Amino acid sequence: MAATVRQSATSGNLRFRHAASTAGTLVTAACASIGAALLILILGYVALAGFQAVNWSFLTQLPAPVGEPGGGVANGIVGTLITVGIATLIAAPFGLLCGLFLALFGRGWFPETVRFLSDVLSGIPSIAIGLFAYVWLVAPVRHFSAISASAAFAMLMLPVILRTSEEAIRSVPRTVREGALALGLSEFSATMRIVVPAARPAIMTGLLLAIARVTGETAPLLFTAFGSPFWNLDPTQPMAQLPLQVFTYAISPYKSWQQQAWAGALLLILAVLVLNVTARLVLNPRRARR
Amino acid sequence: MNETAVDAPLRVHDVSAYYNGSVKAISAVSMAFAPRSVTALMGPSGCGKTTLLRCLNRIHEIAPGARVEGEVLLNGENVYGPSTSVIELRRRVGMVFQRPNPFPTLSILGNVTSGLSRGMSRAHRMEIAEQALDDAALWDEVKDKLHAPPTALSGGQQQRLCIARALAVEPEVLLMDEPTSSLDPISTLSIEELMTQLAERFAIVVVTHNMQQAARVSNVSAFMLADEHGVGRLVEMDETARIFTKPKDKRTEDYITGRFG
Repeated sequence: MAATVRQSATSGNLRFRHAASTAGTLVTAACASIGAALLILILGYVALAGFQAVNWSFLTQLPAPVGEPGGGVANGIVGTLITVGIATLIAAPFGLLCGLFLALFGRGWFPETVRFLSDVLSGIPSIAIGLFAYVWLVAPVRHFSAISASAAFAMLMLPVILRTSEEAIRSVPRTVREGALALGLSEFSATMRIVVPAARPAIMTGLLLAIARVTGETAPLLFTAFGSPFWNLDPTQPMAQLPLQVFTYAISPYKSWQQQAWAGALLLILAVLVLNVTARLVLNPRRARR
Repeated sequence: MNETAVDAPLRVHDVSAYYNGSVKAISAVSMAFAPRSVTALMGPSGCGKTTLLRCLNRIHEIAPGARVEGEVLLNGENVYGPSTSVIELRRRVGMVFQRPNPFPTLSILGNVTSGLSRGMSRAHRMEIAEQALDDAALWDEVKDKLHAPPTALSGGQQQRLCIARALAVEPEVLLMDEPTSSLDPISTLSIEELMTQLAERFAIVVVTHNMQQAARVSNVSAFMLADEHGVGRLVEMDETARIFTKPKDKRTEDYITGRFG
């Protein structure tokens, strides 16, 4: 009798566990589907709305004067490339060296402080970073410039590059470094010739993710690069930026500009998508090496 | 065999090692390693045999908070002395690790020549690489894929590549830390044969917890054991044949007859 009772209690418990397991699977799967569906919805909508406006003249021409149809965002594309390029040139070596320092001498109050500050920096809203660039680099010279936007972008990229390169170098097996030292290589050679190259794919991934992070950034551009309807390749002057053009066109009353805003958004999404996919491919060298 | 052996290229005098600042791993170990022979360091896990090995080429001290007391004499010169170059020491005392650790971004050839001076001519490097690969019984298997990544090799081949890499810098002593523990029996056999051949040229110190391996490859065996505080000590060191037939210490006998460890 007692045995039967205990048995039915266990089987009830088991039934409850199965039900809970199924419910858990369903809820998590539903959340995952909603997330994926949202992404597909946004991508699909932007693609549909922007696709018609993407054509050769959109990619190669300057913006048309207000109210006129046609024109393109060529100066914005080039401007964004220049701004992000300069930001990368500033942030990459700096972030990599910081990451190397943290990976090799990561103990003690100083590296801990650097790590903490880097985490804080990565949490600062981009508009605030833009404000700093404005106060330091725009206000003193009394005009907007692409270089001030690059500086703001570099500040946004720095914590990403720093932490990913630290992680990348840390994740190289200890035995690889020991093997190099045991061969009589100096600390410097072991690090530069053996450890850092082994971490290179993961470092590149972090770099690409940092670039992707700032490519679509708009807020800091408002009071740094400012935008321009003309060709300008001089980074000390205001420069057209694709995200700014999307912003301006989207809130304009003209149908053709609104469509170009969608097309610009599509370009930005595609650029970030390509960067992310490349980052994954770089991280998986086995696939790249065939 | 013991510390007074006259022609020992490497001897250890009263060595204690610590990690994390104050945790003692081995205490007051003294021994001498005979020339042109294989010395096996054996004992149960945690007895300090690997720590002792890592003191010999000063790789123990690269961990934060790790330090060593006592003397390690390489041809009479204390490697912990103020005038010793660690780099020079590590070129003279090579090391092979527990798991094959080829450098992942260098080619097979690049791995073998990675310890050579960078000023050396290409032809000279190639000559040394071929000799080292040949000595490591790997040349025939890799001669057609010298520029392939080391991941193209099997585990046993990778371990022989690491041996070739160590041989290329012409060490006077070769340290091996459980070099076959991650390998299959066939690869293990080829590494053991290699050890026997290489011991005709220089001294080999091998850490193993495989007693059969110690019996097969070594001329001299040292048995280590952790005391009640977890500190590793040398129990007994003698010719391998004697250690395995009539050990002096009861604890050695218990270990080799499988009563613990």
